[in-house]
Amino acid sequence: MLKARTGPESPQFNKPLHLKAFPWFGMDIGGTLVKLVYFEPVDITAEEEQEEVENLKSIRRYLTSNVAYGKTGVRDVHLELRNLTMCGRTGNLHFIRFPTQAMPRFIQMGRDKNFSSLHTTLCATGGGAYKFENEFRSMADLELLKLDELDCLIRGLLYVDRVSFNGHPEGYYFENPSDTQSCVKKTCTLDNPFPMLLVNIGSGVSILAVYSENDYKRVTGTSLGGGTFLGLCCLLTGCETFEEALEMASKGDSTNVDKLVKDIYGGDYERFGLQGSAVASSFGHMMSKEKRDSISKEDLAKATLVTITNNIGSIARMCAVNEKIERVVFVGNFLRINTVSTKLLAYAMDFWSKGQLRALFLEHEGYFGAVGALLELHKTTEDP
Amino acid sequence: MAEFVRVDSSTSSHTMDKSIILPPDEIFRNLENAKRFAIDIGGSLTKLAYYSTVQHKVAKVRSFDHTSKEATNDNLYEISVQEEVTARLHFIKFENAYIETCLDFIKDHLVNTDTKVIKATGGGAHKFKELIERKLGLKVDKEDEMTCLIKGCNFVLRNIPHEAFVFAKHTESEYRFQTTQPDIFPYLLVNIGSGVSIVKVESEDKFERIGGSSIGGGTFWGLGALLTKTKGFDELLQLASKGQHTSVDMLVKDIYGGSYGSLGLTGDLIASSFGKSATADKEFSKEDMAKSLLHMISNDIGQLACLYAKMHNLSRVYFGGFFIRGHPVTMHTITYSINFFTKGEVQALFLRHEGYLGAIGAFLKGAEEDNPNQYSWGENYAGSSGLMSVSPDMNPMQRARSGTFDMLEMDRLERKLVNLPLLQDASSYIPDTVDLIEDAPAREYWLFCFEEALDGVVKRAVASQPDMPEAAERAEKFRQKYRHKLQTLRHQPFAYGSLTVRSLLDTREHCLNEFNFPDPYCKIKQQENDMALKYYQKAVKALDGLSWEQRQFALVRGVLAGNVFDWGAKAVSDVLESDPEFGFEQAKRQLEERPWLVDSYDQWFERLKGPPHKCALFFVDNSGVDIILGVMPFVRELLSRGTEVVLASNSGPALNDVTNGELQILTESIAAMDPVIQSSLEEDRLILVQSGSSSPCLDLSRLDKVLAMVVRERNIDLVIIEGMGRAIHTNYYAMLSCESLKMAVIKNSWLADRLGGKLFSVVFKYEVPITDHISAALTP
Repeated sequence: MLKARTGPESPQFNKPLHLKAFPWFGMDIGGTLVKLVYFEPVDITAEEEQEEVENLKSIRRYLTSNVAYGKTGVRDVHLELRNLTMCGRTGNLHFIRFPTQAMPRFIQMGRDKNFSSLHTTLCATGGGAYKFENEFRSMADLELLKLDELDCLIRGLLYVDRVSFNGHPEGYYFENPSDTQSCVKKTCTLDNPFPMLLVNIGSGVSILAVYSENDYKRVTGTSLGGGTFLGLCCLLTGCETFEEALEMASKGDSTNVDKLVKDIYGGDYERFGLQGSAVASSFGHMMSKEKRDSISKEDLAKATLVTITNNIGSIARMCAVNEKIERVVFVGNFLRINTVSTKLLAYAMDFWSKGQLRALFLEHEGYFGAVGALLELHKTTEDP
Repeated sequence: MAEFVRVDSSTSSHTMDKSIILPPDEIFRNLENAKRFAIDIGGSLTKLAYYSTVQHKVAKVRSFDHTSKEATNDNLYEISVQEEVTARLHFIKFENAYIETCLDFIKDHLVNTDTKVIKATGGGAHKFKELIERKLGLKVDKEDEMTCLIKGCNFVLRNIPHEAFVFAKHTESEYRFQTTQPDIFPYLLVNIGSGVSIVKVESEDKFERIGGSSIGGGTFWGLGALLTKTKGFDELLQLASKGQHTSVDMLVKDIYGGSYGSLGLTGDLIASSFGKSATADKEFSKEDMAKSLLHMISNDIGQLACLYAKMHNLSRVYFGGFFIRGHPVTMHTITYSINFFTKGEVQALFLRHEGYLGAIGAFLKGAEEDNPNQYSWGENYAGSSGLMSVSPDMNPMQRARSGTFDMLEMDRLERKLVNLPLLQDASSYIPDTVDLIEDAPAREYWLFCFEEALDGVVKRAVASQPDMPEAAERAEKFRQKYRHKLQTLRHQPFAYGSLTVRSLLDTREHCLNEFNFPDPYCKIKQQENDMALKYYQKAVKALDGLSWEQRQFALVRGVLAGNVFDWGAKAVSDVLESDPEFGFEQAKRQLEERPWLVDSYDQWFERLKGPPHKCALFFVDNSGVDIILGVMPFVRELLSRGTEVVLASNSGPALNDVTNGELQILTESIAAMDPVIQSSLEEDRLILVQSGSSSPCLDLSRLDKVLAMVVRERNIDLVIIEGMGRAIHTNYYAMLSCESLKMAVIKNSWLADRLGGKLFSVVFKYEVPITDHISAALTP
């Protein structure tokens, strides 16, 4: 892990060997969202301030003084990590996201602001680092440092957990997940994190078995992820955003859409120990035309959410058993403002493993890749 | 199963289509003495099962009492046609819409039955309970669905060779049938109904639902109906087969611009199902959405199945349920998914009779007192519809009544069939030499060949029953039935599992039996046996006059020449028919001179100089000259050397092959002429056993249990397999754990050509298993 380096640091325009020029960015360009972390130095000396070039200043001001950028860019202010020391510099780490669809506009902005004149390295991970590499080069004269998304994810995650969330633990879990009445959120840290099963739910899902910071493998993945939830919700309900879809889901009742065990067997299926309330067939009621005609959008959204979430839980649980790992950490932007899913995952892990498995969640759910990319910026400094 | 969308779909499924008239000789056959009914009612299809006894004619041979000197003819034995009763299982599948018509029909034709209950399973059982009880006067007794499914699955896996297949789209043969494993357990059954159940089956009675998923056929149907406004399951599949999922799904290349190389994820891989439908403000076609949904669900189920297979360390995974049920589209997507997730380590297996499992299982539950599992059963090709493609454009052969009724009939075999204990590896043994599903030119030739031979078979069948005036009419029905089977197989070679020369021959025997021609060659066999016996002593005497060395060769040539007498081979039957005097000596002249096409005579000869074998098992072929002048002298020599001999012959008739009944009589009369045979019989050094087969070919994995017992008791160290059917069409590549000798004359010019030989080329294949012991001895 990166350590703050010792010794006084020279200002950036001297091009020191071991400190990268500002601005410090880390970027994770996913299938649906671009996650951007920005380190805002707060220990800028007057001398530094004076020598700071104008467009660097304007970038800093633009990013830190706004919480929304354009129509779709958002800064998650509540996630900001304050007074962080990185490479001997103190600053605030900002977390910004915008849709991948807006990527061409973002690159355009990079050109308009003459970003290339800053001589910084733009560290990028996620598939978009590869997909948009040429556009960055040709449109904005910017060279990306492309980084593997899973490397970045693990580095970023371990880093954020270690520096803690402004003095509070980064992680949390649910106590009594099987009981809706007494189910409560509890914070925790990943003190001894290995081995862990890391389930990253973005547009799709990747499941990793992590044994140490540099020793991990991708166990499997599934294409039924956040993108599927949103995609199906848009088609089924006409909604347009993730927030809208979740809002609808929170008001719906999936049992009007899904066929439960009791709908088929009248009660529990005792021969196989299946509870009557278990879902037997997702969207099973929708085979009937009458039921299709009378179903509400909210119920459909909820059923979609429950279906996708349960499926991820089920796959994660089996991977945990096959890999003999008891700690399952769920991350990714699918879990953002999505307590329905986090609670359901916690419940599913607990119930199906009879208490053997525990689901853990992290507050900066979708940003670890971007943080990891930022950390790489400093790692590459000494390269000749 | 899919709701069949009708124009009058507003009428409830209880409103029956009464217009259909059921022909009693085709559907619900043998109802007169039917008992033990079981019914499996699914979402749209009903499967009815019952047990019945079938009376059919069998040809029996009986020795004349020669001591009384009363016999007015020269025949050694008499042939009588007797009635025999065998047990048969009938399974009929039809649309739920016909249920009332069918129940009425059954009631009208059910004559004497003491049956009081009908076992029922399936989701629709409760819905029709009242109707069944009212119509049939039987009490409906519900059985657990999954238990029935597993019971049925075990039954078909155990009794139907080539029940399971892998599905490989875009290949010459999409259906690749699997050899039945000696031990069918353990396996995983993934039943994809509205949801998914994953069941681990460890033994006949031990199974456990180890997991499942709510994302199944109901999800495809329900979600698909919402997305595409299409009602039916089949319609959705149709849509899906025309769609492009890439416009709806987010692929790896949509995110990466290409592949994700370091993880080995190719660009075309789906990263997020429906991932594009969230971002674009555009309309998606029904076809594309249906396709995307199909991929999503198939991949998900495949992944879960793989995870469970890995968790429980199982490699045999069968897929069933209405989502699969013969649909090439879903079989393909599931297969693709399994291949992807296991990197080819696990194969997705499907079952030919998957739709019948519940009904079979329910039937077995009700028949436990008859203990059906203690018997072996065989699929009756004459009475079974075979696997049909459900896709209309893939199914040019329309069945009668537009595929409304599908049938499976299984005969109870007289004997329990088991593996030959001498197979080197029973699990990899494949009886048939050429797979006609994969080998298109061979398929074409053999289908043509069987079709061409049909006239002769019909003629022979009529001639075998000269006293029965209606024989011609029955023979004509046989012709139609068998011709129809051949046509079906031409279009759907996979209909009855592996298509082989053996299956074509067996199907013909089943069809002949169906129309009461139990043994069309009985008279010819009788004549030939009588004729050949007259020459026995002369032949033996001539052989005894030879030097030891000359005699060994003459004996082998005798077996080969005898084997030329084969009515099953067209080239020979032409000669036999035109020239009944075609003699043994002429046959010898026809034989290819050494070196033969396959020639290990020198090794065999060397072996004969060594110590005698302990006991030889001889699978014999034809009647007449073959068995009497070819095989018997050879056997006599083995006996003289001190080798015991077990003669294995067919249990039932097939072409002019000698049956066990005939061989008993023949051996007795040879013994009367030959003290060597006489004493060997008395000392129990020569014994006759039946093979359990009624086929001109030989499946060493399905032999009479008694034969297997004899093999173990006698420490067989030499297996001799004779004839084209047993040693070339089948078993040519069979590896045995003891020495073996395969002898045949190729009496078919096409086959000879294939093998690089000519008509009457000789295959003489002597093989010694390579054991560590021997290979060590061979190492200098």
